[in-house]
Amino acid sequence: MGGLGFREIWRFAWRGIAANRLRSSLTVLGVLIGVSSVIVLTAVGNGSAISVKQGIEKLGTNSILVMRMGGGGFSRNQNSNSKGLTMSDVNALNDKEKAPHVKAAAPILTATGSCTIGNISSTPQNMTGTWPSYFEAANSPVDKGSYFTNDDVSVGRPVAIIGTTVAKELFDTDSPLDQVIRCNGVSLNVIGVMKSKGTTGFQDADSIVIMPITLVQRSMSGYGSLSQIQVEATDSKSTQDAMDEVTSIMNTQHKIKTSASADYRVLNQASLLQSSSDSSHTLTVLLAAIAAISLLVGGIGITNIMLVSVTERTREIGIRKAIGAPKSAILSQFLIEATLLSLLGGISGVLLGVGISHFKVLGVQPVVSLSSVLLAFLVSAFVGLLFGGWPANRAASLRPIEALRHE
Amino acid sequence: MSAVVEVSNVTKVYGAGETAVHALRGISLSIEQGEFVAIMGASGSGKSTLMNILGCLDIPTEGEYRIRDLDVAELDEEQLSVVRSQLIGFVFQSFNLIPRTSALSNVELPLAYQGLSRNERRDRAQKALAAVGLSDRGSHEPHELSGGQQQRVAIARALVTRPAMVLADEPTGALDTQSTKEILELLHQINATGSTVIVITHEEEVARAAKRMIRLRDGLVVEDVKWAA
Repeated sequence: MGGLGFREIWRFAWRGIAANRLRSSLTVLGVLIGVSSVIVLTAVGNGSAISVKQGIEKLGTNSILVMRMGGGGFSRNQNSNSKGLTMSDVNALNDKEKAPHVKAAAPILTATGSCTIGNISSTPQNMTGTWPSYFEAANSPVDKGSYFTNDDVSVGRPVAIIGTTVAKELFDTDSPLDQVIRCNGVSLNVIGVMKSKGTTGFQDADSIVIMPITLVQRSMSGYGSLSQIQVEATDSKSTQDAMDEVTSIMNTQHKIKTSASADYRVLNQASLLQSSSDSSHTLTVLLAAIAAISLLVGGIGITNIMLVSVTERTREIGIRKAIGAPKSAILSQFLIEATLLSLLGGISGVLLGVGISHFKVLGVQPVVSLSSVLLAFLVSAFVGLLFGGWPANRAASLRPIEALRHE
Repeated sequence: MSAVVEVSNVTKVYGAGETAVHALRGISLSIEQGEFVAIMGASGSGKSTLMNILGCLDIPTEGEYRIRDLDVAELDEEQLSVVRSQLIGFVFQSFNLIPRTSALSNVELPLAYQGLSRNERRDRAQKALAAVGLSDRGSHEPHELSGGQQQRVAIARALVTRPAMVLADEPTGALDTQSTKEILELLHQINATGSTVIVITHEEEVARAAKRMIRLRDGLVVEDVKWAA
C-alpha cells in the first residue's frame, strides 16, 4: 500500500510546531545559542591565531636571533666562560664558508633613553645600534627616506632611522626627514622612517630608533658585549640549516662542549610561530568544546520538549493509529518535528553567528571558518534526529488502545 | 453473503495469576456483510474489550479472529495498521477528532495515511462531509462545532475510506436526545448503502435501531437476536 506522502508528514510536523509557538521558539533559541556560539567562538579562536601569526610573520620568517644567556650577574648557573656576544662572533657568523646558509649577521646593541625635538619628548621602547644588513635580516624595511650605509657605520655618523610611533610623537604629521633630534644628548639627523609593523602584545615594534652601531658604542652604551645578533638565513627553507651552522660557530667561538653549558640561545621565528600557533590551536579547541557543550544543552532541550509533546499528544497519536497511521508515519512525524526545530535553530544560529563575527570580540577580529559553519549546521540537524529520536520512537511504539485511553 | 467478521472462541485475559481479569471467556460470532449489529451489555460485560479486538486495536489471548478472511493473529504491527486503514472505520464516544485541525482535514486524514493524492482526498472528504450534512463546516475546527456536529465529522471520517465495517463505540453516549436521533438516522443511512455497522451501546434505544442485537454478560454471549427490519 502506498505510504503517506512526505509532504503530508511535513505538514503534520509543522502543525505540531506551530501549535505551541512559545515553547517551540524557546527550544529553537536553545539550539540557536549553541550553534551561534560554536561559530563565534571558533571564529574568535581563529582570528586570534591569525593575528598572532601575522604579527610574527612581520618579524620575518627566515630571521634568526642569537641572544645572550646566563649573563647579567644574577643568573643561578652563571658559567665561568660566559663572555657575552661580541663583534668577533658576528664576524665569524658572516663567514660564508662556515655558514653557507647565513645571508647576513648583524650586531644589535641596545640603549635606553629618550629623544627630544624642541620641548617635545619621546621615550622609544627600543634604541638600537646595528649594521645596514639588520634591516633585511630583521625584515624591517624603511618606508620613507633612506637606509644608513656601511660608510656611516665606519665613521659613526650621527644619523637615525625612526619608527612610526616615534615619528608621530615627535613630529605628529610633519615629515621627520632631515630634521635633527636629540637622543641621550646626541644630535641625530633623521634620514628615514621605518615601515609600520604594528603592536604585538605590549611590544610596540614601531617605538624604535635605529642608529649606526659605532655611534651607540661611542656615545651611549660603551664598547661592552652586544645585546643580540640578528641573523638572516638565505631563504625560509634554509632556516634550520642556518640555525645549525650558527650553533656550531657559536660553540667554537665560546668553547662550548655540551649544549647544556651554552651561554647563548638561538631563536628562530618559525619556532615561535609553531609554539604560538600551537597555543592558539589549544585556545580554539577549548572554545569549540565550550560551544559544543552549549549545543548539547540545546539538544537536551529538544528531547525535553519532544517528550512533553509526545505525552501531551498521546491521545492524538492513538487516534491517528486507530484510523490507520502506520508506525513509520508517527515516527517520521515526530522526527521531522524535532529536526525542524533544530534546523530552525541551526539556520538562525548560523546567521546570528556569522553576523556577530563581523564585529570585534574582545579586541579580536573573528575569522569565520566555513568548516565550523558547516559542522555547526550539520550537528544541529543531527541533534534533532538524535535527541528527537527517543521521544519519537516512544510515540510511535505506543499501543493504540493505551494511547486512546490516555486523558 | 460472506462473513466480514468471524470470531471463534475468543478469550481475553488482562494481567496474570491471582489478579487476572477474564474480560472475554470464549466468544464466537459471525457478522455478515451489510448487517447492522448492536452489541449490548452492562459495564464490565466485556463489550469494550470485544470492540477493541474487532477494531484490531487489541489482540485476543486465545481463539481466532478473522476479518475478511484475514487471521489477525498472523499480522504484524505494520499490517494491522493497513487493516485498520482499509477495512475499519471508527466512531468513538468522545468523537476523538484531532484538535486544532479543520473538519475537512480530519476527514482527509485516513486517506492521507492511505497515500492518496491531495485532490482525490479533498474530493472524497468533501463528499463524506456532504453525506453527513456538514458540507458548509469543512473549515471549522473541532472546538467550533457542537457535540452532534463533531460526531458527524467523526462518522464522515469513518466512512471516507469506504471500510468493510464501521465500528461505533457508544456513539451517542455524550449526546443529547436530538443529536442521538440524528446520529442513529445517519448510521441507518450508512447501513442502507450496504456498509456493515457495529454499534457498542448500553442504551436500549440505540440497540432498537439495529437489526440484530448481541448481548454480553460476564464475557459471554447470552443473547443473539435478529429483528426483521
